Amino acid sequence: MSTITDPVQGGFRISMLLYDTRYRSMTIQVIALIGFLLAIGWLFGNAAQNLAALGKPLNFSFLGDTAGYDINQRLIEYNSQMTHGRAAVVGLLNTLLVAVLGCITATVIGVLVGIMRLSKNWIISKIMTVYIETFRNVPVLLWIIMTMAIFIEVFPKPSDFRGADAVASMKLFESVAVTNRGIFIPSPVFGSGSMAVIAVFILSIVGIFVFGRWAHKRQDETGQILPTFWIKLGIFFIPSIIVFYVMGQPISLEYPELKGFNFKGGFHMRNSLIALWFALSLYTAAFIAETVRSGIQAVSKGQTEAAAALGLRPGRITSLVVLPQALRVIIPPMISQYMNLTKNSSLAIAVGYMDITGTLGGVTLNQTGREMESLMILMAIYLTISLTISTVMNVYNERVKLRER
Amino acid sequence: MKKSVFIGTLAAASVTASLAAAGTLDDVKAAGELKCGVSTGVVGFAAADANGVWGGFDVAVCRAVAAAVLGDANKIKFVPTTGKTRFTALASGEVDMLARNTTWTYSRDIDLKFDFIGVNYYDGQGFMAPKALGVASAKDLDGATVCIQTGTTTELNLADFFRANNISYEPVPIETNSEAQAQYLAGACDVFTTDASGLAATRATFENPNDHVVLPEIISKEPLGPLVRHGDNQWGDVVRWTLNALISAEELGITSANVDKLASAAGNNPEVNRMLGTEGDLGAMLGLDKSWAHRAIGVAGNYGEIFEKNIGEATPVGLARGLNAQWTNGGLIYSPPFR
Repeated sequence: MSTITDPVQGGFRISMLLYDTRYRSMTIQVIALIGFLLAIGWLFGNAAQNLAALGKPLNFSFLGDTAGYDINQRLIEYNSQMTHGRAAVVGLLNTLLVAVLGCITATVIGVLVGIMRLSKNWIISKIMTVYIETFRNVPVLLWIIMTMAIFIEVFPKPSDFRGADAVASMKLFESVAVTNRGIFIPSPVFGSGSMAVIAVFILSIVGIFVFGRWAHKRQDETGQILPTFWIKLGIFFIPSIIVFYVMGQPISLEYPELKGFNFKGGFHMRNSLIALWFALSLYTAAFIAETVRSGIQAVSKGQTEAAAALGLRPGRITSLVVLPQALRVIIPPMISQYMNLTKNSSLAIAVGYMDITGTLGGVTLNQTGREMESLMILMAIYLTISLTISTVMNVYNERVKLRER
Repeated sequence: MKKSVFIGTLAAASVTASLAAAGTLDDVKAAGELKCGVSTGVVGFAAADANGVWGGFDVAVCRAVAAAVLGDANKIKFVPTTGKTRFTALASGEVDMLARNTTWTYSRDIDLKFDFIGVNYYDGQGFMAPKALGVASAKDLDGATVCIQTGTTTELNLADFFRANNISYEPVPIETNSEAQAQYLAGACDVFTTDASGLAATRATFENPNDHVVLPEIISKEPLGPLVRHGDNQWGDVVRWTLNALISAEELGITSANVDKLASAAGNNPEVNRMLGTEGDLGAMLGLDKSWAHRAIGVAGNYGEIFEKNIGEATPVGLARGLNAQWTNGGLIYSPPFR
């Protein structure tokens, strides 16, 4: 006969932190964390101390000083008498502009190329393979510089448009000038009454969404399908055009004209913007194409066959069966492609595009000698942009991902 | 990833900052090599030849310093720097001195913590335009597209000039001189602006230099000179007096041809004797030996010889002495006495 005794309920002893497996891993983690924080603290302290020894303690007041330099592409009002902080904002907007433009075109090209690479047509699929492999495997900086070099050498200079026997001429009914300094396109001039046209245009875009929802609901209830594309196209154009003529054509176009050294009037898309945009788009599109291809191939063939057996037409199979499932695979790597494009845009100065790296991290850094501060702000800005892209895309990913019930 | 890059930057900054604190003269002697920051290639001032040997007006200063300190004008590591990277390279200790057509300005001297040790070329900013453009004056440039190197004083001068004259322009920022040339020659910009000496050097490399004119306006003062980090006065003195030795040598008639003879025995000019170490020991005050100046001048001769050989009127760059003549000839080049 034996008596069952309870295990000894000893109190907590310090040594248990090391010898008791229940606590040991936590002890190690706490020690590692303290060590990590100390190391970071030492690095920061050391940097601050050495900068102070150099006579350059961290100081951000230079952002309020007069910049003194000009920037060619300004999305907001800026001149050389404004501050370094303002110049940084101008650069930031230029970064965002090329990033947004680049992400849109890269997605369009990437999706098309990705689908075409799966084409049964041998020539098309091989051409796309060659495109993807050449662009993916050459550093993007070389593509940017080469695009710019081609741009500068191939297109005519503004003086070629001059004179009776001009070498070059404007395209599209004398409205667009393609020069090696950039492309000049007509810009709208808003006269009185143009607000009505704009308001109607915005209302028709809202109308398109409302109509889309209504058509969807109607289809759910009755099963009838409307030719929504043509109706939406009509809503997009017809009301605005009617109001445009009713109000007496209040919006006119300002055409670029050769005056003095350059074309004046209209929008000027600088060669640096176009070269950077083009190169970044083509480069990133090659990666996106591969993502799209893998996403589509991840949807099992049985899905397509099952949909076909149910009598769906090929277009609807793609949009209703294949793409929704492919997107789940495509979206996560797409996020990192968008972030890559944004970060790669920091190579802009290679072609003289004044992005945030060119203004804050370039001229401002150089003129003020505040390397540490400028780079810290730059890093914080790129980090913020990347995290924002990531957050937005993750929200979208949550919406399209497989819901497990 | 972001975080680790950040920490790496901090670590790099702290390491280099501690390096900079030691005496540069001792560092250079210990390393047996002078690290000299030069430009990425401006013909006549600093450019590597077909064999990769650096030469030019700015390079000559580096060679003279290396000869004075190490006794060998070839114990140099040339570090090509752009307008953007040069100050970081010097501040971080990547180079011991910078001889790279750098303008001496108040804020660079005071705020960036550098010491300009003198002026080896008095320059001013100008404009170059194709003759076919038909421009006679920089004030006719309203609306022109201007190619400009980023990270330089030219950028600020340009903004000031156009603002003061109330005319507009389109700046095209460019990283290096060669890219600027490519854009200018392709007509992507109407005019190219930089220091007048740089314009002459650039024009010299063109296929048809005579198709391009340098406009008469000089819109700024650009005293170009070598510089070192602030706070290491001994090293600053070594570089400063090496340059002064080259300048004094021209004034006193010491040339590459006669320097060996003059240094072999004391002559009848006391200043020459003091400089070349045949009388007294000025070298010891600098932490160098007696014949430091003899070696510095022996590399490529005096200031005037260096000027004529690299950028003078007989060279493709073709610059006249002008402001850069000795003070005795009506120029601004002047060295304090060796005494």
